[in-house]
Amino acid sequence: MAARSTLTQSNMAGWGFALPAFALLAVFIILPFFFAFAFSLTDQRLISPNPTRYVGFENYERLLGMNILRIEPARDDAGQIVRDANGDPTYPRVRTFTRNNPDLPHLQGMREWFGWRSGDDRVVVLARDVLFMKSLVNTLTFVIAIVPLQGGGALLLALLINQRLRGINAFRAIYFMPVVISIVVVSLLWRFIYDGNDGVLNNILHGLTLGAFQPIDWLGRTDTALASIIVMSAWQAVGFHMVIWLAGLQTISPTYYEVATIEGANKWQTFRYITWPGLRNTAVLVFIVITIQAFALFAQIDVMTNGGPLDSTQTLVFQAIERGYGKQDISGGSTIAVILFFVVLAISLVQRYLTRERT
Amino acid sequence: MAEVNLKQVRKSFGDTEVIKGVDIDIDDGEFVVFVGPSGCGKSTLLRMIAGLEDITSGTLEIDGRVVNDVQPKDRGIAMVFQTYAIFPHMSVRENVGFGLTIAGVSRDEKDRKVMEAAKILQMEHLLDRRPSQLSGGQRQRVAIGRAIVRDPSVFLFDEPLSNLDAALRMDMRMEIAKLHKQLDATMVYVTHDQVEAMTLADKIVVLRDGIVQQIGAPMDLYHKPANLFVAGFIGSPSMNFMDVAVRQASAESVTVEAPALDPVTLPVASGEFAGGGGAKLGIRPQHLSVVEGNTGGALHGRVVLVERLGTETVVNVDLARGGNIVAALAEDRPLSVGANVALSFDPAQAHLFADA
Repeated sequence: MAARSTLTQSNMAGWGFALPAFALLAVFIILPFFFAFAFSLTDQRLISPNPTRYVGFENYERLLGMNILRIEPARDDAGQIVRDANGDPTYPRVRTFTRNNPDLPHLQGMREWFGWRSGDDRVVVLARDVLFMKSLVNTLTFVIAIVPLQGGGALLLALLINQRLRGINAFRAIYFMPVVISIVVVSLLWRFIYDGNDGVLNNILHGLTLGAFQPIDWLGRTDTALASIIVMSAWQAVGFHMVIWLAGLQTISPTYYEVATIEGANKWQTFRYITWPGLRNTAVLVFIVITIQAFALFAQIDVMTNGGPLDSTQTLVFQAIERGYGKQDISGGSTIAVILFFVVLAISLVQRYLTRERT
Repeated sequence: MAEVNLKQVRKSFGDTEVIKGVDIDIDDGEFVVFVGPSGCGKSTLLRMIAGLEDITSGTLEIDGRVVNDVQPKDRGIAMVFQTYAIFPHMSVRENVGFGLTIAGVSRDEKDRKVMEAAKILQMEHLLDRRPSQLSGGQRQRVAIGRAIVRDPSVFLFDEPLSNLDAALRMDMRMEIAKLHKQLDATMVYVTHDQVEAMTLADKIVVLRDGIVQQIGAPMDLYHKPANLFVAGFIGSPSMNFMDVAVRQASAESVTVEAPALDPVTLPVASGEFAGGGGAKLGIRPQHLSVVEGNTGGALHGRVVLVERLGTETVVNVDLARGGNIVAALAEDRPLSVGANVALSFDPAQAHLFADA
């Protein structure tokens, strides 16, 4: 009897201790998660006198709506293709199809995302929300670049510091340091590094090339801004994943390495047959964590570029927040969040499947 | 096939010397067992032969070639580890053929050699399984298979059976003995289990604190232990030791006496006991027998513990005149705790050691 009552009491105590944390998680994570789904099906705004209406999947359609338009070149009265000075065909403007065109009501309000020439025709991909599409592509680019860069870099560092050398702990500490600094602070600092006039990076490149290098405004050009943010982000979190790799490395039995020594395996063979298979579970964890974190890219953008220049660093989370709070369009922001959730879920499931234990 | 010679081999970790000048000669095709208590350096010595540990000083020769600075893979050795060390992510076939994969051997030759090894170990049916689907004994077999495929001149075993349960250990012991006959290879085997040492070895090396205590055939060690340590280490239950005083020493015999023991004359050369003084008398439990009545020279005492094993009965006896002795009596004896017994022994089978 006594044992039972102790058990119930301690159970109560356990719930008691868990309650504050659980309540906070519920209010700030679990509830908003379901709210996002609910809002995405309405026209809810942050502050609005109008009552909220259920709109079905209209928000999704407005974000994801796409169409392909084939435009024939303009012809003169004789039926000949009108060509410009370079001899290229000229085309009617896209807006003539997408604005108040009674024959193409389904293209109403769409804008050109990108296009190409096919024969004399021009093919245009139209999107209902080009900005969303750009941020989706930028986010995916960021993810695809940062997973190998950050995961591979972290593994390389882990392999380097997983040695018994004098002072190795100093290296471990140095590599881990950026992790404990706030990403906002890191972003601010890197703005100075990337500065177009007197930035550290420009100065170093200038010095190394003996003055031949012309300064670049790294964050101010569409072709370098996203890459600059990728490099900085990889640098900032690489130490964290290095520690996870290191933990994985240290679970591999040293006897396996002795077998490799006796069999005469070289460094690459040892890595391929012993280290990498031994890191399988760690790899799944590291890659999924990096992927999820990468999809949530926000702070760097907010501090460094605000999505610019020319939307070249727009990202999904940045857009979600921009719309939800900047434009008070909570339902639109929620819809982006829900889409992001499904993208991350799908990718994580695929990664899990690809790295599964085969028996 | 090869000889292995260790000459004044030493090993230090920092300031701590763990192998203190070891000389061992292992003949071609011989099965040598390194035995000793934990921390005696037997595994370190084996790992030095394998090349996993550096040799601080002295020379190691395999097949007449000094291999101190030769890479492990070029020493012509293969090693079987206590923890098997087979790779969980590879099938048995891949595990056994691992060395050949590393060496870049062609697929056909690899298949052939793996099959050969599998036949020797009778595990052809296991080749496509994963290690997780194998029992402990089968895993150890895979580890041995990986060693066989290397076609080494010297097999090194580092406590290969310690992770197996008692019944399996006996089976695998016999398998390893058979394997040795079949392959006719030089084998060096480390164990702390003296039964494994006694049953498998052509030659046993007893180590203690990094120093060789005695090298010899199992029965030499049993019948003629060189010192107190070997006498106490080999044989189960351990040999009984009794402090005795030397009363008389002649060329062929020594007479000793102790409080619990009436004077007894042992047929040993006086040698170091000529001067009289103290010595240690060693009697194996198996050499004690129960005598009826109050025979002179017997050890009298009271039974405090009885272990009946069927084939023998081990009794622990508190001697009436001080001390304690263990006797292993042949066959099952219905002795009970508290009974008074008289034990005697054949002086020819007793051992006499100088006081340490």
